[in-house]
Amino acid sequence: MTKEEKPGWKSIPRGGLILDAGNATQYRTGGWRVKRPVWNEDNCIHCLFCWVYCPDISITVEDGKMTGIDYDYCKGCGICAEVCPSKKKAIVMESEGQEER
Amino acid sequence: MKRVALTGNEAVSLAMKQINPDVVAAYPITPQTEIVQMFSQYVADGQVDTEFITVESEHSAMSASIGASASGARAMTATSANGLALMWEVMYIAASSRLPIIMPVVNRALSAPINIHCDHSDAMGARDSGWIQLFSENSQEAYDNVIQAIRIAESANVLLPVMVNLDGFIISHAVENIDVLDDEKVQDFIGSYTADYSLLDKDNPITFGPLALQDYYFEAKRQQVEAMKYAHKAIPEVAREYEKLTGRGYGYFTPYRMEDAEVVIIGLGSTMGTAQVAVDELRKEGNKVGLLKLRVFRPFPKEELARMLAGIPVVGVMDRADTFSGNGGPLFADLNTVLYGGEERPELYNFIYGLGGRDINVSNLMEIYRYLLNARDGQTLNRVNYFGVRE
Ligand code: SF4
Ligand code: SF4
Repeated sequence: MTKEEKPGWKSIPRGGLILDAGNATQYRTGGWRVKRPVWNEDNCIHCLFCWVYCPDISITVEDGKMTGIDYDYCKGCGICAEVCPSKKKAIVMESEGQEER
Repeated sequence: MKRVALTGNEAVSLAMKQINPDVVAAYPITPQTEIVQMFSQYVADGQVDTEFITVESEHSAMSASIGASASGARAMTATSANGLALMWEVMYIAASSRLPIIMPVVNRALSAPINIHCDHSDAMGARDSGWIQLFSENSQEAYDNVIQAIRIAESANVLLPVMVNLDGFIISHAVENIDVLDDEKVQDFIGSYTADYSLLDKDNPITFGPLALQDYYFEAKRQQVEAMKYAHKAIPEVAREYEKLTGRGYGYFTPYRMEDAEVVIIGLGSTMGTAQVAVDELRKEGNKVGLLKLRVFRPFPKEELARMLAGIPVVGVMDRADTFSGNGGPLFADLNTVLYGGEERPELYNFIYGLGGRDINVSNLMEIYRYLLNARDGQTLNRVNYFGVRE
């Protein structure tokens, strides 16, 4: 949403109330990230430890297999990389914006 | 309606009993203690349906009231002095979450030094918290204000908490004859309360008190300003209905012998009753003096006060609290702001008095009127005066 599109004080619910449930998805917390988890499928044993531990539900899984990381919500905490038990780590943390440098 | 002899605390707890709130969460503190004690007796005796929550502090009393109110309950609490100060952060949350909680405050000085007696430093410390603030001159007004507060707080578009102030000991512990309504009359007057939103409404889930950063916080604050404007409208509307029921009229303030007055005192609370006697005495001697007893401190009735005071040569402003700004008390500051730039602006003088319960009697008030009369006649008088303090 651009600044102009946001509703003003006359139309927002009173007292800062949020009247709709299930709106956390509208808040893309990926912008908070300083470090980015990078997944290497070749090293992955699909144990799903990362999926269990991720505090932001940002590990995507299909048919019981790890498929990637949802960067819209991943805050870059690094827990997934820490818990990954694969001998050759399947997730490593890289500094955000490293590629551009 | 019947006439009974009650202390201020008894009158307030009786009003609470007749209101029969869904939830009361309170912690005892002198001089408010009796309100909590007597109300808990009503609960124990089954005379009310209230869920009484015994909490471990005033911070929790206000927090529990907020939770109850957010669930859609009619919630009340009561406190004094340091108890009010301990509620401070949560009071802001009550107001900005737009929860119509009612709280009698039995005014007492804030420590230190430790003091249990009356002044208004507790209420004035909370003046910017977004609560509506009413002041009472005596037990009758405290009783009437508590009942009216329910209607003011719950008015559509207002939905703000209300603090009903009554002077510690001077009102809270003094017995006076007052008129009280029958229980059913009070119930008819306040009606039932249905909150627009409730945390317990599982079919319409909502979020109270969410995070609102640079993008929404300001809008929520602006809404509160608007709610206060609606409160300004609702207060006289509720008062008119209450007058139909009781014959007792209430406004933003009560003028006393203001016709042709050249020197006027304005102030809050029980001292205004004492000042009436001083006015009568001085009028007997031919002095053109009057009195303005302010009932509504927040929202501040700025236009009405400016109109009322325009053209009066000298106004003495009584403050039972200091701001320590070096520029006088809170009422003095507000009145200066309201009158600044107005036509026929009165000369304002501030008297800070009665801190920590320092007594103020009729002859003290006559002395203050005489300073003001002399100022009208050209004698110099300090802008801010500390009255009744030893040098
Ligand atoms: S870095 Fe943290 S938030 Fe991001 S995917 Fe890994 S565990 Fe989840
Ligand atoms: S923890 Fe490591 S090995 Fe296990 S699924 Fe996640 S990335 Fe793959």
